[in-house]
Amino acid sequence: MRYLPLIWATLWRRPPRTLFTMLSIAVAFLLYALLTAVNAAFNTGIEVAGADRLVTTGRYSLTQVLPAGHIQKIQSLPGVALVAGQSWFGGYYQKESNFFPQFPTQIEPYLAMYPEIVLPEDQKQAMLRTRTGAIIAKTLADRYGFSIGDRIPIIAGIWPLADGSNNWEFDLVGIFDTKNPKDRSIYEMMLFHHEYFDEARQFGKGTVGWMVVKTRDPAQNETVIQQIDALFANSPHETRTQTEKAFNQAFIKQMGDIGLIMSSIIGAVFFTLLFLTGNTMMQSVRERIPELAVLKTLGYSDGGVLALVLAESLALCLLAALSGLALAAVLLPGIAAKLPGFSGLALTPGAFAGAVAIAVLLALVVGLIPALRAMRLQIVDALAAR
Amino acid sequence: MNTLRQIIAVTAVNLRAIPSRLGSSMVIVIGIAGVVGVLVALLSMAAGFKATLAGTGTHERAIVLRGGSTDELGSVITREQAAIITDTPGIARDADGTPQAIAEFYLLTDVAKPGADTPSNVVVRGTRVDVGRVRPEFRIVAGRMFTPGVREVVVGRAVAAQFETLRIGNTVDVRDGPWTIVGVFETGGDVHESELWVDAGALETASRRTAYNSVTVRLESAAAFATFKDALTTDPRMVVSAQREPDYYASRSEQLHLLIRILGYTVAVIMGIGAVFGALNVMYAAVATRAVEIATLRALGFGGLPVVVSVMIESLLLALAGGLVGAVVAYVFFNGYTVNTLNFQTFSQVAFAFRVTPELIRQGLAWALTMGLIGGLFPAIRAARLPIVEALRTG
Repeated sequence: MRYLPLIWATLWRRPPRTLFTMLSIAVAFLLYALLTAVNAAFNTGIEVAGADRLVTTGRYSLTQVLPAGHIQKIQSLPGVALVAGQSWFGGYYQKESNFFPQFPTQIEPYLAMYPEIVLPEDQKQAMLRTRTGAIIAKTLADRYGFSIGDRIPIIAGIWPLADGSNNWEFDLVGIFDTKNPKDRSIYEMMLFHHEYFDEARQFGKGTVGWMVVKTRDPAQNETVIQQIDALFANSPHETRTQTEKAFNQAFIKQMGDIGLIMSSIIGAVFFTLLFLTGNTMMQSVRERIPELAVLKTLGYSDGGVLALVLAESLALCLLAALSGLALAAVLLPGIAAKLPGFSGLALTPGAFAGAVAIAVLLALVVGLIPALRAMRLQIVDALAAR
Repeated sequence: MNTLRQIIAVTAVNLRAIPSRLGSSMVIVIGIAGVVGVLVALLSMAAGFKATLAGTGTHERAIVLRGGSTDELGSVITREQAAIITDTPGIARDADGTPQAIAEFYLLTDVAKPGADTPSNVVVRGTRVDVGRVRPEFRIVAGRMFTPGVREVVVGRAVAAQFETLRIGNTVDVRDGPWTIVGVFETGGDVHESELWVDAGALETASRRTAYNSVTVRLESAAAFATFKDALTTDPRMVVSAQREPDYYASRSEQLHLLIRILGYTVAVIMGIGAVFGALNVMYAAVATRAVEIATLRALGFGGLPVVVSVMIESLLLALAGGLVGAVVAYVFFNGYTVNTLNFQTFSQVAFAFRVTPELIRQGLAWALTMGLIGGLFPAIRAARLPIVEALRTG
């Protein structure tokens, strides 16, 4: 600890240089934090997937519709606790760019199998009573200024009303949130009654898009999956059942390799950064050769000088990295509120730990060459500035 | 004139000294190359995606969807409606009077890449053997066309390249079991090359569908669109919307295009700030090492302006070099690099190639020069303000 003032003093030997270097490292870690948060938001679907939930879709595509009768047949299987049929509504509020997912679903079983969705009991009861009712995620209600009691107009992209009109209207009776704020992205949606949807739509009556199935015991998942698919095998409407986790994973994979693009960017950023910081450290040591020689003359060991230079590099990188992460933590909630579909953006402990590890590694890589140079210094040569 | 001569003289001295500071000069070059490389690569991805969709179709063709539907997948056109649409004025006709219109099914099927168990949404278009009447750019490049009424598939060139299982002789699950792949087609590099084409009749039976998704028509001329559209929209028997093909397909690329561009610019701005700090560092150091030289020049009677300009030119040249390196790296590694992604506006896979266009390279270089300008300006002012006597003494 008694070397701290010395390290601090050498670090600020040339304040502008240290400041600029720290700022560029801080900026790199800011970018790292933002990109990992976006990447994590893409993957929340996998983390939040319920261990006891399965998804049954048409065998050839998620977009195939299935007969609503499938719901009852699946419900009667021994390992099945609950089934909720759902459809993709594909409408939009006012204009196409105001898009958010809307799902007609069977509200009661659906809410029962998704305990992570928190809806006040009175609002839930109101929803169950109101045929044309709808419930919406808090983040969406905030974004579009909806409040309970509003009539929300949704323009149909797929399903017209029986009279051919695209103008659906729903009564907002509830606003839900997620237990964990970071799961908000995945449940940013509007739900309404499948029964009402089916009655009011012009075509496709008596069908559902897919079904979410809750098993009695996750250990029975495999058996239930086989039972469901066997039930409809060789029928005109064959099914494909997966665990919710596998389903969500497949969905994310469809986006292409977002993770790869993110890590390529982060890689390019840190490679660039390595050059900037490495150069500063070298400059700093080069300038201080006579001073380091004085330290050695005073009796500092070779190892001691090596440690001093490395400690300086470590202090520089860690300080900068932490300020970059702090800035990200301040900015993320604002970005999350503005970016549709990313309302769960946050700095995770894993990303934080990763950032600190990268900062330490960076400090070692850029500090090592100057530190070795300082260690091998011959006092006489150095003092003579040779 | 005197100032100009001074500028040239000082700059020449300065530039000749760059090799002696090569290590630190490389920091500017590499820092800026990193920013420009990432920016150009991301923007070329956005450009390639947009070009693939916006390059689809011609102004002489129109696509008809159900009124209110935003894409083909969510559109329903009944048989009766299709018959009315096909008979609308403005549509080009063959010599025998047959309208050049085609009603098609559009659905998705899961295709998995080899080794991956996670499927992708690939478009299946139920069309007709004579699709070339409406889309003359259609050409079979390998194998043969499907036979009407038979469960056979021709695959687009782009999707065939992305999914190795889609080879002639293999089968692909379309609906109601496996279908045989008999050919590969191209349509001039547009989005249809990401699709599987099958016979509408065979698909109708296998998928148990009764209604089409869209009708595509060839117009008498590009100008006939107004006639065609007016006739359709005033028809009381149905609510449909007609769009020129390029307008429709371009609108389907808007959101993803915008998203990638926002990502590209955000990353580039943040990285750019970091690179500017790096450049400032290097240029301040360069000015510091040249302090004696600059002071000597000033003592000899050189003005402040030539010194400022010489530092700026050094910074700009290094930045330009960095920009060129970044653009070249982006071009070499990414131009033509083909990927497939889910276009969430159509919920289907689109294969497209990154396009590093001259416009993007120009934009990348403009960014590089801006960073060089900012990185050089403050050190240049410092250089001009160096107190001559002190600088000479410390040297």
